Amino acid sequence: MPMLINPEEIRETIEMIQEQRLDIRAVTMGISLRDCSDENGDKLLGNIYRKVTESAKDLVKVAESLQEKYGIPIVNKRISISPVSAIAESSDLEDYVPIATVLDKAAKELSIDFIGGFTALIQKGETPGDRKLINSIPRALAETDRVCSSVNVASSKAGINMDAVLEMAGVIKETAELTKDKDGIGCAKLVVFANIPEDNPFMAGAYHGFGEADRVINVGISGPGVVRATLERYPDVDLMQVAEIIKRTAFKITRMGELIGRESAALLGVKPGVVDLSLAPTPTPGDSVAKILEAMGLEKCGAPGTTAALALLNDAVKKGGAMATSSTGGLSGAFIPVSEDLGMIEAAEAGALSIEKLEAMTAVCSVGLDMVVIPGDTSVETIAGIIADEMAIAVVNHKAAGVRLIPSPGKGKGDRAFFGDLLGFAPVMAVNPFSCANFVRRGGRIPAPLTSLNN
Amino acid sequence: MKRRAIVTVLGMDRVGIVAGVSRVLAENSVNIEDISQTIMQDFFTMIMLVTLDEDITPIAGLQDKLNEVADELGVKITVQHEDIFRYMHRL
Repeated sequence: MPMLINPEEIRETIEMIQEQRLDIRAVTMGISLRDCSDENGDKLLGNIYRKVTESAKDLVKVAESLQEKYGIPIVNKRISISPVSAIAESSDLEDYVPIATVLDKAAKELSIDFIGGFTALIQKGETPGDRKLINSIPRALAETDRVCSSVNVASSKAGINMDAVLEMAGVIKETAELTKDKDGIGCAKLVVFANIPEDNPFMAGAYHGFGEADRVINVGISGPGVVRATLERYPDVDLMQVAEIIKRTAFKITRMGELIGRESAALLGVKPGVVDLSLAPTPTPGDSVAKILEAMGLEKCGAPGTTAALALLNDAVKKGGAMATSSTGGLSGAFIPVSEDLGMIEAAEAGALSIEKLEAMTAVCSVGLDMVVIPGDTSVETIAGIIADEMAIAVVNHKAAGVRLIPSPGKGKGDRAFFGDLLGFAPVMAVNPFSCANFVRRGGRIPAPLTSLNN
Repeated sequence: MKRRAIVTVLGMDRVGIVAGVSRVLAENSVNIEDISQTIMQDFFTMIMLVTLDEDITPIAGLQDKLNEVADELGVKITVQHEDIFRYMHRL
């Protein structure tokens, strides 16, 4: 029988996995908790625990069996749930920390890395459930290890809820303070969003949207190392060809996500969800989005030309990925978290990369200001101003963006904060010293842009 | 259930690689359907298309046994279901 697969392609696949660290970054099961609500808080907690542990009891086992079958690592097994603020609202619980504790317990028993959905959607205003959830965030994140929280404070249709922005800046400060023994790690599990996607498999912003099925499998892919290694073989080609090379590579990477997503959903008996067309870096050397930009010809990420290079990269990843799967979703684009990307860390420490440059970069890629460590004494108002700027970029450009800032207690510029594992470490980045207090304290809502009137 | 898988062997060339790998496959009732082999500057690459019965020889178990012979031979051996290669390069 002839070998139907080209040996060159086999060699390429093996090299991508073994040398260039291609992996499936996250297989995330979305679980609806809509059938868990109850007036009685204890019953609610029991319902949530039961629904999560029963729905995901085979998730890790199935992911591990596919990892063995195909020889491709599946790094993270995760869960996203319906927004806790809505599910808990009708209960008699006065605060929602016990819900976070139950979710943490379930995640640990299932060997799940992170569980996301300690979430509120308040882009236009808040309900009593939202209020209780937001009040609970700092303690919930300090007292649990695997629970992730997200709050959507802006959307292209609603504008920017500036009261919520200021409030979340305070929540970030309080969360950092409660986890100061670990450099403020609680903030690494909290993201403030605009246009939050309902099917995102990546943390900390994953939650299970109300338009989703009861249970789904969403897959987040990775592979910055593959793109970088491929580009390094062509140091002299023009940018049209660079885009072409990235597109072809993104296609191959995304096909892996499509295969694993389809098969794991079938084995778990749930709906296949989306493949998130992402380049997600890790702190491992080589597995860096910044290094891709540098392979295109920048001395350091953050140099002039960085935004243009990132725009090219992000667009080519989407074009290649969109050919590889019909079910795209989540954040879909290149990620530029500072602490999770060695190239970003080096660029920030070398002084090539500032918060302002990062902000410009977020206008042309997915995510937002992600895993950025700032001085611990940064004021609540300044944090609110940084969040508001990022929300404005997202709202006006009709894209998702999250802000994950860590005002690391006791740290100043030149220090480093350490979070360990996938969250990595990062240098403290300087913040513009001029005040925006009188602006952010006005409160109210920044109206939706004219471009939102598109009906 | 019958399955087709790809076994790849990478490492420095030496006597006994093909024999060692084939022995483990035969002992585990794995049939070799095709072999492609190249040696470039002493670097040995072998790709085998094999069929195996998942009920008798699960891929994970076979990988463990191949790891043992890989250690003896000083090479890296990987066994993967063939679909990963089809999926990655084809629509």
